[in-house]
Amino acid sequence: MKIHKASLFALYAVLELASDPERQLSATEIADKYGISTHHLAKILRTLVRSRMVQAVRGAGGGYRFTGIVNRTTLLDVIELFETLESDLDAPGPRTQAGEAIIEELQSITREIDDLTRAVLDTITLETALNSARQRAGTASQE
Amino acid sequence: MTDLVTIRNAVISDFAAVIELDLVGDPAEKPDYWRSIFDRYVTAGRKGRIFLVAEQAGKVIGFIVGEVRAWEFGSAPCGWVFALSVSPHTRELGVGQLMLTEMCRRLKKAGVATVRTMVDRENKLTLSFFRSQGLRTGRYVELEKPLDEI
Repeated sequence: MKIHKASLFALYAVLELASDPERQLSATEIADKYGISTHHLAKILRTLVRSRMVQAVRGAGGGYRFTGIVNRTTLLDVIELFETLESDLDAPGPRTQAGEAIIEELQSITREIDDLTRAVLDTITLETALNSARQRAGTASQE
Repeated sequence: MTDLVTIRNAVISDFAAVIELDLVGDPAEKPDYWRSIFDRYVTAGRKGRIFLVAEQAGKVIGFIVGEVRAWEFGSAPCGWVFALSVSPHTRELGVGQLMLTEMCRRLKKAGVATVRTMVDRENKLTLSFFRSQGLRTGRYVELEKPLDEI
């Protein structure tokens, strides 16, 4: 499975902001932390603001802050703002009837994989992902 | 809030409360199902079978059932949690976490190193709960097919 860059950058931004909803961060601060383009991230943040998951705070010391519900918003909620997460079998047409059964079987397999992917991403809340990341960071610092 | 909750072994007199808390079972089949679970997990008192309830102010507000299962399809013994429910009135207060933590403590004491469960993929509430407790997709894949094809 490969999620689009936009979804990945959105997850970086949302998780970073949701880790402390009181804190405001600029696009540059987030982009620098994850080594990604500020320009690209700014566009993604505009989509997140429109979805009301994130709020843009204007003026000196302004930036972005998380306004969603950290234990209700799932990774899939964020990703679906940018893509549908459906595998594209990319079967070229025109098809003949003889090949239809094979194509349908392969499509059914990709649907099975998509369903599993969605089931995983739709049950991991931002809070769960952040808690796991904190545990991971704690374990790494002890090693 | 969870300081006021006690986790204890289920007893026969919890039967009605457990049926009331079971929000997923078929209402017509629930009494027979839970009678058989109580027979095997409460009355029989076998090692490795664990049936716990959460109690607050004398009222049962949740339950969890699990056991040690060994060598299914060649897997090493592990803990299985196959039933969990918390009263809708006391959710998001840490009751499920208390019960699962105690279940895991007892399973570990029984000698297993892994706990497993199986949840319908549409059951977001329960899946999200187990995820929040650190469970992840495991190495065994559940497979099924309708038997009307035979």
